[in-house]
Amino acid sequence: MNLLGKLSWSAVPFDQPIVMFATALMALAVAFVLGWVTRQGYWPYLWREWLTSVDHKRIGVMYCVLALIMLLRGFTDAIMMRAQQAVAAGDAQGYLPPEHFDQVFSAHGTIMIFFMAMPFVIGLMNFVVPLQLGVRDMAFPTLNSVALWLTASGILLTNISLAVGEFAKTGWVAYPPLSELQFSPGVGVDYYLWSLQISGVGTLMTGINFVTTILKMRAPGMGYMRMPVFCWTALASNLLIVAAFPVLTATFAMLLLDRYLGFHFFSVAGQGNPMMYINLFWVWGHPEVYILILPAFGIFSEVIATFSGKPLFGYRSMVAATMVICVLSFLVWLHHFFTMGASADVNGFFGVMTMIIAVPTGVKVFNWLFTMYGGRIRFTVPVLWSIGFMVTFVIGGMTGVLMAVPPADFQLHNSLFLVAHFHNVIIGGVVFGVMAGYNYWFPKAFGFRLDERWGRASFWCWLVGFYLAFMPLYVLGLMGMTRRMQHYDNLAWQPWLLLAAVGVAVILAGIVCQVIQLAVSIRDRQQLRDATGDPWNGRTLEWSTSSPPPAWNFAVLPTVTAIDAFWNSKSALAKPGTSAQKLEYEPIEMPMNSATGFVTAFFAVVTGFALIWHIWWMAGLGVFGAFLTMLAFAFRDREEVEIPASRIAQFYRARPAEIAR
Amino acid sequence: MTDMPYDRAPGYRPRPGDTEEATSSGAFVYTIGLLLAVLLTATSFWVTNTSLLWGPGIPLGLAVLAIAQMGVHLVFFLHITTGPDNTNNVLALAFGVLIVTLVVAGSLWIMTDLNSNMMPSATLMNMHMDP
Amino acid sequence: MSIAVSIDEIHRDALPGVSEAGPAAKRIVVGYGFWIFLLSDIVMFSALFASYAVLVHATAGGPTGGQLFNQVSVAIETACLLASSYTCGLMSLAVRSRRYVGVYSGAVVTFALGAAFLALELREFAGMIAIGATPQREAFLSAFFTLVGCHGLHVAGGLIWLAVMMAQVAVKGLRANVERRFLCFSLFWHALDIIWVALFTVVYLMGVRP
Repeated sequence: MNLLGKLSWSAVPFDQPIVMFATALMALAVAFVLGWVTRQGYWPYLWREWLTSVDHKRIGVMYCVLALIMLLRGFTDAIMMRAQQAVAAGDAQGYLPPEHFDQVFSAHGTIMIFFMAMPFVIGLMNFVVPLQLGVRDMAFPTLNSVALWLTASGILLTNISLAVGEFAKTGWVAYPPLSELQFSPGVGVDYYLWSLQISGVGTLMTGINFVTTILKMRAPGMGYMRMPVFCWTALASNLLIVAAFPVLTATFAMLLLDRYLGFHFFSVAGQGNPMMYINLFWVWGHPEVYILILPAFGIFSEVIATFSGKPLFGYRSMVAATMVICVLSFLVWLHHFFTMGASADVNGFFGVMTMIIAVPTGVKVFNWLFTMYGGRIRFTVPVLWSIGFMVTFVIGGMTGVLMAVPPADFQLHNSLFLVAHFHNVIIGGVVFGVMAGYNYWFPKAFGFRLDERWGRASFWCWLVGFYLAFMPLYVLGLMGMTRRMQHYDNLAWQPWLLLAAVGVAVILAGIVCQVIQLAVSIRDRQQLRDATGDPWNGRTLEWSTSSPPPAWNFAVLPTVTAIDAFWNSKSALAKPGTSAQKLEYEPIEMPMNSATGFVTAFFAVVTGFALIWHIWWMAGLGVFGAFLTMLAFAFRDREEVEIPASRIAQFYRARPAEIAR
Repeated sequence: MTDMPYDRAPGYRPRPGDTEEATSSGAFVYTIGLLLAVLLTATSFWVTNTSLLWGPGIPLGLAVLAIAQMGVHLVFFLHITTGPDNTNNVLALAFGVLIVTLVVAGSLWIMTDLNSNMMPSATLMNMHMDP
Repeated sequence: MSIAVSIDEIHRDALPGVSEAGPAAKRIVVGYGFWIFLLSDIVMFSALFASYAVLVHATAGGPTGGQLFNQVSVAIETACLLASSYTCGLMSLAVRSRRYVGVYSGAVVTFALGAAFLALELREFAGMIAIGATPQREAFLSAFFTLVGCHGLHVAGGLIWLAVMMAQVAVKGLRANVERRFLCFSLFWHALDIIWVALFTVVYLMGVRP
């Protein structure tokens, strides 16, 4: 019996120079960061204040940090693909062999969706929602920490696949029969499945946490129709998480059973049905994209209302549109496989539903336009991202409605037209949204604003780069080019692919500008300091706290009497005759920090790695370790720590600017 | 944090009076639930095995009995009511039921349709039946 | 001056409904969160049910449900699980009224009935495997073993949880957080019985009909 299962030195791809180079780069980066932290003596601080923190603000920041790092990794995959496709025409083979190219596009999709977009969106929601609701933390703070670290576990496992073994070559959707053991005998698909199962558990926990928080924990007086729109979109998105992710868990479990125990869910032998995987995958997959886009819509609502100096137009219709999208997103999934052979009435039904779901989205776009109309618009970086979004997302949405017509989709399915469409809506919608949110809420999180000049530069590079990179793909799709091609013979396609490669270079410049923006902002943080906690003249409750807020968010929970609670109270205070109130501070109980999340994640990585490499004893130990961690959490004596009133008073005394309002 | 009488945790039955009375009335509710569930279960088994009923109607009858029994569990064991203190719980349940219906019914509709359209011809069928 | 006003200065009558009453009590928050988790679990089971329904005729020439399922065994399993749901309810009542003897005895009986259910189910699985009706043989059996097995795994997890809860009561007594965990456990256990109702109806009862 081999103690290490399938694992041996041959798992490290010494014969693939590109992979070895990438691995070396990754190892160097990790070693550098870890070494620097050790040398500076930051470990105790990091452990106490960040790694074991259950504070939603810290957890939100960590999610965003993970997302930004994975943006770099996923974008590197994008550069590699564009470079390959720009040169591999006719006789030229390019530099990336097919087995590697297949892993690159699979990793690109998996990382960008699961480990960039989801963490970024969840991170922003984590940071903002409790502050906007006027409460101290999420409903389940320790669960929040566990969810973060399980996501990090999935990320770690996926990145380990670069150095040890391989990644899936099946595309990010991993359809059988290709993903079955017979056609993917290596560990690649197992890395994919276990990374996503582990992080999927974390995401489900997040969904439960947010739904409970938003429905059961709001400041006094904040009825449903007084909640900020971002909280409504967060609610809809998390309801979708709770409803959709279990389906993905079940689907991946069935594929894992096929691969590990020889079951016949999706294998044609034994009368399995591969089409059922595709059906169930997209039952999850379509709500997933709405999970990503709805919070982005919420960010735009907040940004546009704040910087137009006007309340959001049509609050009720915004809420209604959001919840309608939430329900409708479960009625359209077949449009991902129109060509799989369903009859006309099935295709027709889902085609019509897909077209209908564009309607509430249109309602939202009109509401944003009407919010801006008649307002005094300040063209800050978040507003630039918002306007870029409105133009770009509408174009992407239109191409989506085009493909919602099944006969059209028969021509365009799996062509570059499809690739252009979904990048159009995901980049134009989700990425632009999280960039707007990042710029908008950065001062709240760190106490200083981001540099405007470099922010504008990054926006324009992203915008121009996006159009250069993806508009040619629409043309190519109409010219007949399929997706995921490592090499092609039609030389007429090459000029367009070269143009797309230029676009990717411009986007790279945009990302470089963002890195510089961050460095410059940190360097100039004194000049960019946000002293009042309200740098944008905001409308919602998060701007009533200091920047960054204290651990307890609010000394006394605010009482809400209207929408745009903060704006409302600011105008009330501006009226003469409103007197200042001397506050009596009381001690506040906050949840205690816990290593549960971090330790559980460690055991999750051990278990996942062991299962991938068939090291059964190690997998058993990992599961047992996770169980012991849960026991330790269950039997802990103290759950909360009391913050004395004196410390709270001292905090506010040091910040007269906020209290003087 | 407030503890208003407007809201109730699912599965939690508010204590009406003193301990003893609450316990016995509580046990009464559970007992009724048990008896109803036993009745519905026995009926289901009888329906499956009897020849007295029209065949094609039996699956529907079983489904109805199953849904009734799930309702008994929800009301008598989980104390889900339609009162205003239970609104959130009922709404969440309704959402869950909606999703389950869409997933199961949608998948069945699609897969039956695909299977009938994509059924391989007889020769192909014989070829891939071999393990 | 701060925009925050102390909650004590608001008259309770001025808060019209639960949506404006401020953050709910911990028991409600925990109970609701667990309820949402249960609904997500039921969605996961529905995906497995859908697969089962699609594959129920994919017997590849092998045995069908009608040939494999033993209704007597299923009836006894159902009785065990239903009875354990009842004793779990009695246990929750004991938790509420702080009767330790009631808590322990309710837990022991619930555990025993749940374990009996699992034992019968494992015996059924072993019997099927012994005659060659393994999940590796055909898609129908793959779906059957996964669906019923997943429910069984949940029952096993529940039994482990119940044992841990007993240890917690012994060590910490019936504190507020222990009581909240009992609420979650009873929600879980009743939900498992609800899923079993669907399971035995769809898999066994509809399956044995010709």
